[in-house]
Amino acid sequence: MSDTPSQRNPAFVRTEMLPEQAPPATETGIIKWARENLFSGTSNSILTVLSIISIYYIVVSAAPWILNGVWNSASIRECREILEGAAGGCFAVLTERWNQLLFGFKYPNEEYWRPGLAFVLLFVAAAPVMFFKYLPSKMLLFTALYPFLAYWLIWGGPILAPIFALFGFVVGYVVWSQLVTRSFAAGFFGSIVAAALTWWIGGMITSAVAPEETLLSAVPSRDMGGFMLNLILGTVCVSLSIPFGIALALGRQSNMPIIKWICVVFIEFVRGVPLITLLFVANVVLAYFLPPGSNFDLIIRVIIMITAFASAYIAEVIRGGLAALPTGQYEAADSLGLDYPQAMRLIILPQALKISIPGIVNVAVGLFKDTTLVSVISMFDLVGMIRGPILASTEWNGVYWELFGAAAILFFVVCYGISQYSQWLERELATDHR
Amino acid sequence: MKNSVFLGALTVAGLAAGAAAAGTLDDVKARGKLNCGVTTGLVGFAAPDANGEWGGFDVGVCRAVAAAVLGDPTAVEFVPTTGKTRFTALASGEIDMLARNTTWTFSRDVDLKFEFVGINYYDGQGFMVPKDLGVSSAKELDGATVCIQTGTTTELNLADFFRSNSMNYEPVPIETNAEAQQQYLAGACDVYTTDASGLAATRAAFEDPAGHVLLPEIVSKEPLGPLVRHGDNEWGDVVRWTLNALIAAEELGITSANISEMAAEATNNPEINRMMGTEGNLGEMLGLEADWAVKAISAGGNYGELFEKNIGENTPVGLARGLNAQWTDGGLLYSPPFR
Amino acid sequence: MTTMTDPPQESFRLSMLLNDTRYRSYTFQFIALMAVVALIAYLGSNLVQNLRAAGLNISYQFLGEPSGYDINQRLIEYDSQSSHWRASVVGILNTLLVAFLACVTATIFGVAAGVLRLSKNWLVRKLMAVYVEAFRNVPVLIWIIIIFTVMTAVLPAPRAFRGDDATASMLFDAVAFTNRGVFIPSPILASGGWIVILTFLASIVGVIFYRRYATKLLYDTGRLLPMFWPSVGILFLPSILIFFILGQPISLEYPELKGFNFQGGWTIRGSLIALWFALAIYTGAFIAENVRAGIQAISKGQTEAAASLGLRPGRIMNLVILPQALRVIIPPLISQYLNITKNSSLAIAVGYMDITGTLGGITLNQTGRAIEAVLLLMLFYLVISLSISAVMNIYNNAVKLKER
Repeated sequence: MSDTPSQRNPAFVRTEMLPEQAPPATETGIIKWARENLFSGTSNSILTVLSIISIYYIVVSAAPWILNGVWNSASIRECREILEGAAGGCFAVLTERWNQLLFGFKYPNEEYWRPGLAFVLLFVAAAPVMFFKYLPSKMLLFTALYPFLAYWLIWGGPILAPIFALFGFVVGYVVWSQLVTRSFAAGFFGSIVAAALTWWIGGMITSAVAPEETLLSAVPSRDMGGFMLNLILGTVCVSLSIPFGIALALGRQSNMPIIKWICVVFIEFVRGVPLITLLFVANVVLAYFLPPGSNFDLIIRVIIMITAFASAYIAEVIRGGLAALPTGQYEAADSLGLDYPQAMRLIILPQALKISIPGIVNVAVGLFKDTTLVSVISMFDLVGMIRGPILASTEWNGVYWELFGAAAILFFVVCYGISQYSQWLERELATDHR
Repeated sequence: MKNSVFLGALTVAGLAAGAAAAGTLDDVKARGKLNCGVTTGLVGFAAPDANGEWGGFDVGVCRAVAAAVLGDPTAVEFVPTTGKTRFTALASGEIDMLARNTTWTFSRDVDLKFEFVGINYYDGQGFMVPKDLGVSSAKELDGATVCIQTGTTTELNLADFFRSNSMNYEPVPIETNAEAQQQYLAGACDVYTTDASGLAATRAAFEDPAGHVLLPEIVSKEPLGPLVRHGDNEWGDVVRWTLNALIAAEELGITSANISEMAAEATNNPEINRMMGTEGNLGEMLGLEADWAVKAISAGGNYGELFEKNIGENTPVGLARGLNAQWTDGGLLYSPPFR
Repeated sequence: MTTMTDPPQESFRLSMLLNDTRYRSYTFQFIALMAVVALIAYLGSNLVQNLRAAGLNISYQFLGEPSGYDINQRLIEYDSQSSHWRASVVGILNTLLVAFLACVTATIFGVAAGVLRLSKNWLVRKLMAVYVEAFRNVPVLIWIIIIFTVMTAVLPAPRAFRGDDATASMLFDAVAFTNRGVFIPSPILASGGWIVILTFLASIVGVIFYRRYATKLLYDTGRLLPMFWPSVGILFLPSILIFFILGQPISLEYPELKGFNFQGGWTIRGSLIALWFALAIYTGAFIAENVRAGIQAISKGQTEAAASLGLRPGRIMNLVILPQALRVIIPPLISQYLNITKNSSLAIAVGYMDITGTLGGITLNQTGRAIEAVLLLMLFYLVISLSISAVMNIYNNAVKLKER
C-alpha cells in the first residue's frame, strides 16, 4: 500500500474505532423481546392484552382458593368451619383419603409397598425398551421377567403360579426353537401344546402344594382400585395388545382372503363402537357367553375387552407402518429366499415397528386415559373412587374441585411424561436428514 | 408365542367350565364366601368407610346371611353394582344374592326371573325442595325441574305422578347420588326425588339440613328387599328365613345382648327355642347348622338393632321407623312363624 | 425347504398341506375359519344354555312397549306413553345433535389453536401450548365432569333472576344464562312466515350466483366487481322487504321467568352445553396438533413465495398454506370426528339423554334386556362410524392431490 503513490490526500483518517454504543432501549433486553414477541402489530398487541387479562382473571380467582386451602381436617364440615366462609379448597380430603385414591379402599394398608415397588420396578423394566440405544440389552432379561414379578407383587399368593407361568413360556420357546428349523407349522403348534401342557401340570402342582400361608398374602383382583387400577389396566392392556395388534395388522395385509376378512371385520367392528359399549359387554353381556358356572373376575373381563379394543387401534397404526415400507423391502426379502415368518421377523417388522412407535405411544396414552371409563361400570378406579365411595361418604360429601383437580393432575403428569418421551423418541429415531 | 397365550386362556376357560353349577347353597359353602351385590355407595344402606369396611343396613342383611350359612359375618365379598349391572350380575351367578335397595315389582319377579325373598325396608318415592321455594305439596310442582337419580323405578313413578296430575316437569337424570345432590344444591333443579330414605340420608349430609323440606306426598310404593335367582328354592329359603329370623328376633325380644343366654338353654317360649335350635330341627331342614339363626342375629343384632345402628333416628340418616315398625307397633313388619 | 424344489409332477401328498407354500395358505385359512366358526358356536351354545338355565329369552318385543319415562330434550314428539323404540330414536337424534355441534366447534377451536400455536406472539403461543397439553393429557371423562360442575357452580340459578333484589339479569332481556342451561328467544312463524324464509334461502342462492358471475367477469375481462356490499344487499334486502310487506309474520318468543323456571323460547340445556364444550375443547386440542403438523408440513418456500407476491400474512395463511395443509389435516380430522361421536356416549356422566342414556340406560334398567339393548347400541354406533368414514373417504378422495 505504502509504496503506491496516491494523488489524493485525505483530510482525515480515523485511526481508532469509536467505542461501541449501547443499542437503543427499544432494541435491547426485555423491551426488544416484548416488542418482537408480544407487540409486533395491532392484532398481536390485542391478542397479548386479551391473554394477559384472561391469565389475570384465572390467577385472581384460583389463587386464594389454593393458598387458603385446608390441608388438615377430618371432614368437610370441619374444613368449612376452619375456612369460616372464606374461599379456599378442602385439600384435606386428599391427605385424608390419599390411600383410597391411589390404591382403592380394599387393598390392605400394610401391603401398599407391594404395588409401590411394582410401580418403581416398572421403570427399571421399561427403561431398556424405552432407551434401547443407551442401556445394555441384557437388561431386557429383567423386562421379560417383570410381568411375572409384578403379578406376584401385586396379587401375591403362591409364588409357584407366576413361576410356572414363566416356565410355560420358556418351554414353549424351547420347543419352538427346536421344531421351527424343521417346519414353521410344527414349531408353532408344538410350542402351543408344550406351553399349555406345562401350565396345566403347573396349575395342578401349584394347587396341590400351595401352602396356606404364602410369603405375600393373596389380594383378590376385586380389591384393586384407585389410580393403581388405572395403571394396571393401562400397562397390562397395552402390553397385551401389541402382539395381538401385530398379528391383526399382518392378517389384514395378508393375501389369504379369509384371514384378511376376519381381521378386517374385527378391526372395523371394534373401532366402530365406543369403548363404553364394549365395557357394557364385559359387564352385563359377556357373562351370558361364558360357559355356565364359570365366573371370570370383572377385572379380567374388562382386561379382555380393553385389550381387544387397543389391539384394533394398534393394528391400524402398525398397518400404517407396514404400508410405509417400500415394496423393495418385501421383494428383497423374497429374493433372499426367506419364507414369510423369517421375512417378517428379520426384515419387515423391525422397520415397520420403528416407524409405528410414536403412533403406538399415542394409542397407549389414549388407552390409559380411557381406563377411567371403567368407573361407569361400577369399578372403583380413580374416578370411580371419587364418584363412588368418597363423594358418597358423610365426611366428604360435597368436595368436587379438589378431588377432580387432583385426578386431572395425576393423569396429566403420567400422560404428559409419556408424550414428551414419545417426542424425544421421534427425534431420536429420525433417520432422514433435514 | 402370542397365539399360545390366547389358547392358554381358552384352556383355562375350559377348565373353569368343568366346575359345573351346583346349588347356590353348596357353592357358597364350598367357596367359603358369600358374594353379595350392594350399591356403589349410599350412606346408611351400603357404603365403605374410610378403612374400606362396608357398613350399612343392606350390608347387615348380607352379613347375617353369611353368618347363618358360613358362621362368619365377615365372609362376605361385597360386589358393588349399578342400577344397570345388578340384574345381570345376579342372573349370571356373579353374585349369590342382591341386597341393593331393589324395588319388588311384578316384571322383575316374573319377567326377569328373580325371587324377592322378603322386604327389609318399606320405602316410597318422595320429593325434597328448598324451604325458601315456598312449596308445601308436590301438587304445586307444575313446571318444576326435577333431579332424578336414574337406575331405579323413580323415572317411571315420576312420569306417572306428573301425568296423572296433568302437570309438566323437566326431568334431569343424574347417575350418582353425589352428583344429583350437587345439582340440587346449586339450584340447577328445584326438586330432588328418589326414595324417601335416600332423601333423608342425602339431606342429613347437607351443610344446612333445615333449609330443605321433604314434601308430604309419597308417590309410590317401594318395597325394598333382597333377591335371589329363580329356580334355586333351597337358597331362596335360606335368605328368606335369615331375614325373617332378624325380624322375628326383634318381635320376640332377642337382641345381640341377650342372645347368648337365650341360645345356651331352652327358654319357656317354644318359638324362641325353635329359632335358637335348642328345640326341633329347623336348621337341618334349611341345610344349615342348628344354631344358624343365633349366628345370623349375633352378626349385627336383630332387625331393630340393625335399623337403629345404620339408619335410625340417632344416625346422620335419621329415619323414623314408620312403616318399618313391627306389626305389633303398628308397622308392616310381620315375620311368618317359625314352626 | 426341500418341498419347494420338488418337481411339479410329483403327486399330492398330505404333508404338502403343511410344508408346501402353495397349499399351506389353504391349510391356514381353513384352520382360521374353523377356529372362528368353533368360537362362535361355542359362545352361541353357552348363550343358549345360560339363557335356558335362567329361563330367559332374546326378544325385541320390549321395543314396542310404552317406555314409561320422560326425556327432557326431545327433537321429535315423545312422552312417557311412547314406545321404547321411540325413546331410542330420541336418543339417536340427541347423539347426532351433540356430535354435530361438537364436531363443528372442535374444528373451530382446533384450527384457531393450531394456527395460533405457530403465531409470532410468544404469550399466545405458550398459552395455546398450555391449552393443548392440558386437554390432551387428561381423560375426557374428567373434563366432562369438571366442565359440568363448573357450569353448575358458576352460573346463577333461575331463582337468582327473581324478585327486586335479583343478583342476575338477562342479556338484552332476551338471553338468560342459568345453570340449567341457556334460554334464548325462539322464532314464531305466523302465516306468511315461510315466504320470508324461502326468500332468504333464495337470496343465498342469489349471492352464490352473483359471486360466480363476478369471478367469471374477473377472469374474462379483468373487471373487478365490488364483492362485499352487493352480497350483503342481496342477502338481506329482499327478506327484510318481504318481512315488512307481509306485516312482520315472524316474531320472537322471549324466555320469561314464570313459576319455577324460564318458560318460552328455546332451551339449550346444561347437560348438552357441558358435553358439547367438553368434547369440543378436548378434541379441539387434538385437532390443533393435527393442524399444526399440517401447516408445518408445507414447505417454507410456499410462504416465502406468497410473501414475495405481496400477499398479506392473513391471506398467505388463507389462500396458500391452509388449502395445501388441508390434505394433510383431513385424514386425522376424520378420525377425530369419529372419536367425538364415540366419546359422546360419555353423556351418561352428565345425564344428557343420548342413545346410551335412553336405550343403553333407562330402557336397559327398566326392561332388564341387557343383551338386546347393548347389541342395538353397538349396531347404532357401528353404522354411524362406518357412514362417517365412508362420507369422509369420498371427500378425502375428492381433494386428493391429483398426480398426473
